[in-house]
Amino acid sequence: MNQLFENELNVINFGMKSFKETLDGLKVKSVQVDWKPPIFSDSKVFQVINENKDKIELANKEAVTRILNSKPFLVGMGKALDVIPGMKKNLLLHAGPPVTWNKMCGPMKGAVIGALIYEGIASNTKEADKIAASGKIEFSPCHEHSTVGPMAGIVSPSMPVFILENEAFGNKAYGTMNEGLGKVLRYGAFSPDVIERLKWMENVLYPALKTTIEKSGKIDLKNIIAQALHMGDEVHNRNRAATSLLYRILAPSIVRYVDDKNTAIDVLEFINRNDHFFLNLSMAVSKVSLDPARDIDYSSIVVVMARNGTDFGVQLAGTGDEWFTGPSPVPDALYFQGYTKEDANPDIGDSSITETNGLGGFAIASSPAIVQFVGGNTKDAVNYTMKMYEITAAENNIYKIPYLNFRGTPTGIDVIKVVEKSVLPFIDTGVAHKNAGIGQIGAGVLSAPSEPFINALIGLTKKIKLLKEK
Amino acid sequence: MKITGFIKKGQYFDSVSIMLVAKQLSGLKEIVDSAVLMGTKENISVLKSSGLLIHEFKDAGEMDLLVVFKTEENADVASLLKSAEKLLQPNKDMSEDKNLNPSSLEGAVSALPGANLSMISIAGRYAADVAMKSLQMGLNVMLFSDNVPLDKEIELKTFANKKGLFVMGPDCGTAIINGTPLAFANVVNRGNIGIVGASGTGLQEVSCLISNAGCGVSQAIGTGGRDVKKEVGGIMFIQGLRALADDKNTDVILLVSKPPAKEVIEKIKFEVTKINKPVVSVFLGSSPELLFGTKIHACATLEEAAFLAVALAQNQPASSVREIINQQSSYIKELAKKESSKLSSEQKYLRALFSGGTFCDETQLICNELLTDVYSNTPVGNAKKLNDSNVSEKNTIIDLGDDEFTVGKPHPMIDYSTRCKRIIEEARDTETAVILLDIVLGYGSNMDPIAEVIPTIRKVKEITLARKYYLPIICSVTGTDKDPQNRTSVVTALKSEGAIVMNSNAASSRLAISVVIGKGSK
Repeated sequence: MNQLFENELNVINFGMKSFKETLDGLKVKSVQVDWKPPIFSDSKVFQVINENKDKIELANKEAVTRILNSKPFLVGMGKALDVIPGMKKNLLLHAGPPVTWNKMCGPMKGAVIGALIYEGIASNTKEADKIAASGKIEFSPCHEHSTVGPMAGIVSPSMPVFILENEAFGNKAYGTMNEGLGKVLRYGAFSPDVIERLKWMENVLYPALKTTIEKSGKIDLKNIIAQALHMGDEVHNRNRAATSLLYRILAPSIVRYVDDKNTAIDVLEFINRNDHFFLNLSMAVSKVSLDPARDIDYSSIVVVMARNGTDFGVQLAGTGDEWFTGPSPVPDALYFQGYTKEDANPDIGDSSITETNGLGGFAIASSPAIVQFVGGNTKDAVNYTMKMYEITAAENNIYKIPYLNFRGTPTGIDVIKVVEKSVLPFIDTGVAHKNAGIGQIGAGVLSAPSEPFINALIGLTKKIKLLKEK
Repeated sequence: MKITGFIKKGQYFDSVSIMLVAKQLSGLKEIVDSAVLMGTKENISVLKSSGLLIHEFKDAGEMDLLVVFKTEENADVASLLKSAEKLLQPNKDMSEDKNLNPSSLEGAVSALPGANLSMISIAGRYAADVAMKSLQMGLNVMLFSDNVPLDKEIELKTFANKKGLFVMGPDCGTAIINGTPLAFANVVNRGNIGIVGASGTGLQEVSCLISNAGCGVSQAIGTGGRDVKKEVGGIMFIQGLRALADDKNTDVILLVSKPPAKEVIEKIKFEVTKINKPVVSVFLGSSPELLFGTKIHACATLEEAAFLAVALAQNQPASSVREIINQQSSYIKELAKKESSKLSSEQKYLRALFSGGTFCDETQLICNELLTDVYSNTPVGNAKKLNDSNVSEKNTIIDLGDDEFTVGKPHPMIDYSTRCKRIIEEARDTETAVILLDIVLGYGSNMDPIAEVIPTIRKVKEITLARKYYLPIICSVTGTDKDPQNRTSVVTALKSEGAIVMNSNAASSRLAISVVIGKGSK
């Protein structure tokens, strides 16, 4: 029999807020739901999802368990050509889902030009432009080579990269070193000073760090991130604490193992000047932690969110290597003096891998120092993180947020929840100028576009149907 | 006249924002007619029939917001467009409540673990899904939304019935659960009378009459009007009846509905044989003979049913109600005589303008035995269908809450503007002998109905005085003194403007009809 008459009335209100206000006035407990229509409502797709609910749940549990159990370490460094799987002399890796030269946005084209000059393949812009368009150069997403790159994310064969290993599963991931702020390749700048810095990084910084890591041993990066979250970082738009923690580990060893004193000073100063030095590592940590969750049939957990400045791409644990894409949006941002949204390039970079791993925008409640990006109000930042719990499958066992009484960050985006609840992943981001060669013009936040997630959900149901037929 | 509008592509606005914009827009004096609505197929056809479908809307889809208004030729359309745009801007005030609301049922349940009722007033095409999820999670449902497909209603109710949960609605405007008024409901005394209602206004009227008579309501379960039709088969009506039969705080059961389907009446009759509590019914428009031979006390009006339930709840004989009604009849007769005598020879017809659909039915049914040439936009009994709902003929009884008047506008219980406009029109008609109104108080309704009605009453007086006429305005006020509007102060204000206020719609209808008849016999 119905217990409604015997119990205190507790109401959940969908729709007219005045109904909830009435209940408030009458001191009846109630919760208002910020309901929005589902971003997609094809009943056939949801039927497949409902019919396979148990299998999906089980698969998702496996996926998030793997993500949470990851043990990412920085184990060494090497040249891209030598260590990145599938890397070739005529191959450039780029951020986001696949894109052709014709469709590349300004900053990515700029970074390609810069990389071709850096590699000595071209001697000037015009030549680089011609070579890039000629078809002699191949392009491939970083993500298809266990690699991640911020912004344009260009990785060329000679570039030195960090090597990370997930000791729980034995897989590896790779990422370049961060160049710093200002005019840098990742934002599409390719002037001589940019190339010169890249050369210095290859010839001075790389050997020094490589030796240091080899001699002093692997570094536990998960631990650094966990601590950094307690120190005001979300390790996407703020990496000051994580960079400092890494610096504390590296500095004595650099002094110890780098023979030339001036080199040691230059290296230490370079890292010290760049608050974002750790960003490329937090991205690689996320990549190496998420990759073991790939190829789990039925799983609706997102293992990649990445943008190439033209499209926003998503990959799921349960859909193999297939990309699901939609146009990348222009972020609402705080712009540097003299720039506006008009100048901004659509969102770009692999850095949204941090959000995919429960960091960045998902952990923004940990980062009150950068709430200006989300409207200046601490409560806004907390609300953004709280909202992400609605679309994730787990709470992180290591990454925890002090303000939320050390609740684990929302981890493991479930594409079904995203679509059903119309709550899109919240991403911290930097903004590049839409023209090549100018660089960063702002930073801010955005909600991921809905289309890639809808496509991913449809893709998952197709895959499930194929599995059933077998 | 000029028609202007614009379309907002792919934007979702919740119904409240749309209603607020619609109300504010229609309040602008330059605007003759307006609509703010989502571009669903039904809405497009409504716009078409009201001549508001403009070229810009030709590719509109159901996720597009349409704004259109009619103005005089010389109106400053540009500034009106700007104000409409402004009204649609989201409120970015940083001082606003920053507390985060969950975005989903799961989120809400974890925030309120004891949740036992989902109240749903989102667009009908999404409401059923949310309702089903609520049921699956063990919550009862009050479905305020309309336009929920019939098959979905049946699916929901069948599922809920198996789980022993309630689905009140769709299109359920009123319920009182554990003493808490939900949606459009009044603050009534708690007591020992339990109500099942398939008619929202009907449920409001009986619960107020019971409370004003010093008795109270244990539970009032709304079912939505379609529940008692053949297709749904009264699933929730019967479930509500059973729940009240089992409820230890309910001594008398009162059933309120427009005519249920024959099959449903049979089910009710069978169910009642198993119940050891008095059962009173008012099935407006249904022949009382259908219930002969059962122990159900069948009544013809909401008032009679409420009074009878009160008598039984106080262990008084059913016959005591006859006395009250008889007393009232003689009072009405006297008053009617006085009012008729003040009318001019031209004034012949009743003009009733209702915000409550059930009242519109009830008044027509009371007319049945007494008045001929009755027209309505929603005819029942002997009434005929109006040619044009906007033009009264002879005795006219209008439901202004019917869809044709409310698409893109708030309900007339909230927004009196359409009704006030119509009152003035009727006052200008020299054949109008009496204007009959309902004023419904309580949560959800207009919080200050006096501010809406009084200026109109004064305008009516101006018009009739200029012609040296007298035009009686008779109303019933559905509400209690515990309602936020306070019934007594509303009644006092109306009386001070010369309106005649009766305690129920049945009484005010009888009075109005008697005035018209009295006039005819003079």
